[in-house]
Amino acid sequence: MIDPNRKGEEVAGPKIKVIIAKPGLDGHDRGAKVVARALVEAGMEVVYLGLQQTPESIVNAAVEEDADVIGLSILSGAHMTHFRRVRELMETSGLGDRLLTGGGIIPTRDQEKLKAIGIGKVFGPGDDLREIVEYIQQWHRSRSG
Amino acid sequence: MKTTDKKNWEDNYQKFELRDADFTSISGRPLRPLYTGDDLSDFDADARLGFPGEFPYTRGVHPSMYRGRLWTMRQFAGMGTPEQTNLRYKFLLEKGQTGLSVAFDNPTLYGRDSDYALSVGEVGKTGVAVDTLADMERLFDGIPLDEVSTSMTINAPASWIFAMFLANAERRNIPLHKLRGTLQNDILKEYIAQKEWIFPPQPHIRLITDLMAFCADRVPQWNTISISGYHIREAGSTAAQELAFTLADGFTYVEHALRAGLDIDDFAPRLSFFFNAHLDFFEEIAKLRAARRIWARHMKDKYKAKNPRSWLCRFHVQTAGCSLTAQQPEINIVRTALEGLAGVLGGCQSLHTNSMDEALALPSEKAVEIALRTQQIIAYESGAANVIDPLGGSFYVETLTNEMEEEAERYFQKIEALGGVVPAIEQGFFQREITRAAYEYQMALSRKRKILVGVNEFANENQKLDIPILEIDEEVERDQIRRLNRVKQDRDQDAVRSRLQALERAAAATENLIPYLLDCARVYATLGEISEALIKIFGEYREQAFY
Repeated sequence: MIDPNRKGEEVAGPKIKVIIAKPGLDGHDRGAKVVARALVEAGMEVVYLGLQQTPESIVNAAVEEDADVIGLSILSGAHMTHFRRVRELMETSGLGDRLLTGGGIIPTRDQEKLKAIGIGKVFGPGDDLREIVEYIQQWHRSRSG
Repeated sequence: MKTTDKKNWEDNYQKFELRDADFTSISGRPLRPLYTGDDLSDFDADARLGFPGEFPYTRGVHPSMYRGRLWTMRQFAGMGTPEQTNLRYKFLLEKGQTGLSVAFDNPTLYGRDSDYALSVGEVGKTGVAVDTLADMERLFDGIPLDEVSTSMTINAPASWIFAMFLANAERRNIPLHKLRGTLQNDILKEYIAQKEWIFPPQPHIRLITDLMAFCADRVPQWNTISISGYHIREAGSTAAQELAFTLADGFTYVEHALRAGLDIDDFAPRLSFFFNAHLDFFEEIAKLRAARRIWARHMKDKYKAKNPRSWLCRFHVQTAGCSLTAQQPEINIVRTALEGLAGVLGGCQSLHTNSMDEALALPSEKAVEIALRTQQIIAYESGAANVIDPLGGSFYVETLTNEMEEEAERYFQKIEALGGVVPAIEQGFFQREITRAAYEYQMALSRKRKILVGVNEFANENQKLDIPILEIDEEVERDQIRRLNRVKQDRDQDAVRSRLQALERAAAATENLIPYLLDCARVYATLGEISEALIKIFGEYREQAFY
């Protein structure tokens, strides 16, 4: 049986590998799942970790999977805490050159603060799925090129 | 109607070029350009509509509906510390709100204390933190609980939050039989959509049945459950899925209560519902009308309830949070007004209208006041409350109502074929159906087959945010943890220990757990301690993450 959380492995060639996770006690998983699906359709490999993840469990998974990108979905208001902690752990785990991005209910003011501490673009309600896909692809191109 | 006339119109219609648009509902339902009597040719209006307050209640649960009493205006609110939320309640009551509705923070919704490892960063963020009876006392300080009805959106730990609520009433010498309100307490939709659970389904369902039995006896005016489609819809379902999955959950609770030996007419009158009001005006109205008819029919014919009050699908409506945009938040006021009107035309018993800033943060005081004013305009200015079920008899609305009912019945069969609601949850049926619908809707927006004003069309590139945004101080978390520690220091430790042990023993047996939970609450056992005691017996639930 195919692991339902691991999709997009069957296409040939180097693929962008993305970890999608919901940190903390936040059950709103609609966005995470829809984005995961859109990334798979766009040819990326996605590992969806699901709910109740900790910054540690997320970064451990990213190390294990050698992921290029970590995407956090946070609608709980805890975005500053979680993004900061995941970024710190990425640095100390040798993933400092990988992309940390995400989305949720995140006020513009906080988006600026997140940018300042090395977090990539953060998406919100109404953003186009294609925009998210293109953002990751573009980041990946600029990194490999 | 003469068929020749319709034929004539059809010929004329065909001559015109149509706009490049999908003429489908927001749920993707194909729609005809015109509905006529032909669509209702074998429709028995007497049997299928009846009169307001009469079986099958399609036109409303009450004979006089809003002429007798307007719906309860109940704005969902909670943030930061119990004191902060208490002030917001007093503000809302002063502005003319007629009932309270408590929003708890995520740690509380998961039955965890503010100092739990996974609570970091979430204390007081999307609701109020309640760790012990002391927080409940602060939350309702100065609010007359025997006069205002209180709704609490809490599910997994619902019965021990309610135990704290009851313990607070006892301390204030308010008789329990005078308390009015609603506990959401709907665990099935947590597995389906909202994802805030503690144990596997069976022990949760046992707690729900225990509460139904306890309240029938001791807190008779309390709605023991609010079977909720709201979150199913927010997670991305279609209107018909929301309707079908919610009612299927309702039937499941009924069946469990019957199996536990309860008499249907003892508990069914206290079952209530909670639906979403989304943007597609007529589809939403049809969904709400269909809900009443389906519930009444099943309760009477299938479950053999005798008391007409057991047949009633009474519901709260909240406008769709997921329909609101972060772009140009002010225009969300208009979306909410339309959705709120659909809730009223659908015959809701209470209504929450969302604030314009909810795609950005928790609502500011200004945004909340406008939201409340929006439903006051519907109530007092629009004229919608003057006539009962004003859309009854509309060819379109009646056809849609019938279609909704048929679609729901098809889903009931599918769920039954999977072995019922709980096995269908375990097989990921609902989760997959919802995720697929959510993805299809998102793709329709991406391809501009559905238009969201200010988002994928008519966007304002130079928009500047021009409304206040509420910020929750990071200090709230530290403050709440300090208070929790103080309560833990000051209480009678032996009493806490012995009552938690008694709870554990009762959980391992088959007794009604509510009196034990009440005992724990009275001595200031924390929410998390009670959860831990029960987890020892019931175990924890882990979801396989489907997408």
